[in-house]
Amino acid sequence: MFQVKKTILDKDPRLMRDVYCDTLIELAKNDPRICALDADLMGSSGMKPFMKEFPGRFFDVGIAEANMIGVAAGLSATGKIPFAHSFGVFSSRRVCDQIFMSAAYAKLNVRIIGSDPGVTAAYNGGTHMPFEDMGVLRSIPQITLLEPSDPVMLGDLTRQLADTYGVYYIRMARKDAVSIYQDGSTFEIGKGNVLVEGRDVTIMASGIMVAEAIKAAIVLENEGLSVRVVDLFTWKPMDTELVARCAAETGAIVTAENHNTLGGLGAAVAEAVTRTCPCPMEMVGTDDRFGQVGTEAFLRKEYDLTADRIIRAAKTAIERKKKH
Amino acid sequence: MKKLRLFAEEIRVATLEELGALGFGHVGGAMSIVELAAVLYGSELRHDPKNPRWEERDWLVMSKGHAGPALYATLALSGYFPMEELKTLNQGGTNLPSHCDRNHTLGVDMTTGSLGQGISAAIGIALGNRLDGRENYTYFVLGDGECNEGQVWEGAMFAPSQKLDHLIGFVDLNGQQLDGYTKDILDLGDMGKKWVEFGWNVINVNGHDIEELFDAIRAAKAHNGTPTMIVLHTKKGHGCTFAEDNENNHHMNFKPEQMEEALAAARKILADAKAAL
Repeated sequence: MFQVKKTILDKDPRLMRDVYCDTLIELAKNDPRICALDADLMGSSGMKPFMKEFPGRFFDVGIAEANMIGVAAGLSATGKIPFAHSFGVFSSRRVCDQIFMSAAYAKLNVRIIGSDPGVTAAYNGGTHMPFEDMGVLRSIPQITLLEPSDPVMLGDLTRQLADTYGVYYIRMARKDAVSIYQDGSTFEIGKGNVLVEGRDVTIMASGIMVAEAIKAAIVLENEGLSVRVVDLFTWKPMDTELVARCAAETGAIVTAENHNTLGGLGAAVAEAVTRTCPCPMEMVGTDDRFGQVGTEAFLRKEYDLTADRIIRAAKTAIERKKKH
Repeated sequence: MKKLRLFAEEIRVATLEELGALGFGHVGGAMSIVELAAVLYGSELRHDPKNPRWEERDWLVMSKGHAGPALYATLALSGYFPMEELKTLNQGGTNLPSHCDRNHTLGVDMTTGSLGQGISAAIGIALGNRLDGRENYTYFVLGDGECNEGQVWEGAMFAPSQKLDHLIGFVDLNGQQLDGYTKDILDLGDMGKKWVEFGWNVINVNGHDIEELFDAIRAAKAHNGTPTMIVLHTKKGHGCTFAEDNENNHHMNFKPEQMEEALAAARKILADAKAAL
């Protein structure tokens, strides 16, 4: 069960990568199967403390992501539980075939961490800015795709992944995150979290866009609209039941993602909506554009990943519902 | 050695029969590793056909996954599954797909087929076994064409850095790949020297010579501190009359009479090997 914080949207004092590393250390102390791999990005992923604590179970493979995924698959064939990290661009599009064959098709047990989602790649620029990672991986059968929205969720999901089987991709913001959930909250993989109840429209958001969705809902509430907000942190498998219920009960859906809507969360939700309860939908995302360099604040504005755009989209969806 | 020679000829005949039932297949690269399969499964690889997932077994990753048919024949002859099953190669619902699949075939340790990936999986398996304190060996088999893949060299760099001396690789240096001769497509020059440069213990052998293979594997096991790469100087299609000395023998269609002729020749050699015992 999860509980939403009362003072939602404050910056969390913990960095996401520190939570990831600390949680893995805590897990590895009690479970000799836990291993970690990195591709010359240990400094970025914050895994140095893990490496110091468990040097025998940490493998820095160098700048060789394809090999990293294969090694992780091989480790898991012997019963180990590997967590392999690189930037999201390199742990998805660069290693798509390795994830497909050596991990997923081989039915092995691998966790892949892709950091710096979308505009959070900021100063690393367009080459390092994954607007496509989830889309690239989503067509791989049986893979699970997760985007934890705050440190509490990241910690809980990481703990859960020590005791599940399959191929998991975790789209992880590396540094700052807002604080959404109370400590001790737990989450169910494959189930979206209804954060705010509402009747007129549902905003289904993920990652950094969850906070924007909440901000948008507050503004819309003040204008007299009743807005439901869902943290749809599992992109695959899609929570079709929840999507259908939101479509039926609110009659309009807006998705919000720090990713290309084409092949992204918008597309995934749309598939579920059209199969269950068709209703007007609007999508907020990066609209088939490449990334570019800049501060995160500049990029959020450049790609219009803002509460304002969600508000406009929600109003459009509600208008379309009236004509529907 | 004579027993291993006989086992090799049994594998060759069984593989040709298996492919013969189909009328097409990856003949060349299956034939070139027959002797290696015989030495491993007949002697050097610790395994138990009655317990394919035995934790203390030696592992084998057939990175050149298209050589599956030769491995399947070896596994069937070793008792992993009935010989009859070889006739189901590539048929819908079979346990013997064109490329190796750990989830379908008893005795197959890793799924391969997309080239270049098996070496990395083998490294991971060797690391996992070492973490558990096991002394078992992990073997993997690369094609020389497969060495075009960049991932092979990522693994080549990584394994020595981990001092994986219980990892033993083979590269099937048959000089041919799908589109022609490796020297014409993407010339890797001196294969053995490449692996030496990456920090491997390298042994060059005639890949069709049982004794040389046996000695090389024993030497690899005795070697400490780095992984070993055994370079198999082979002939693609070796021992199959219509595939040997054929430029296009990677994946072949053949006529029943061609296969009958090849089988007659291989059975004759098998009979001679039996007589020699």
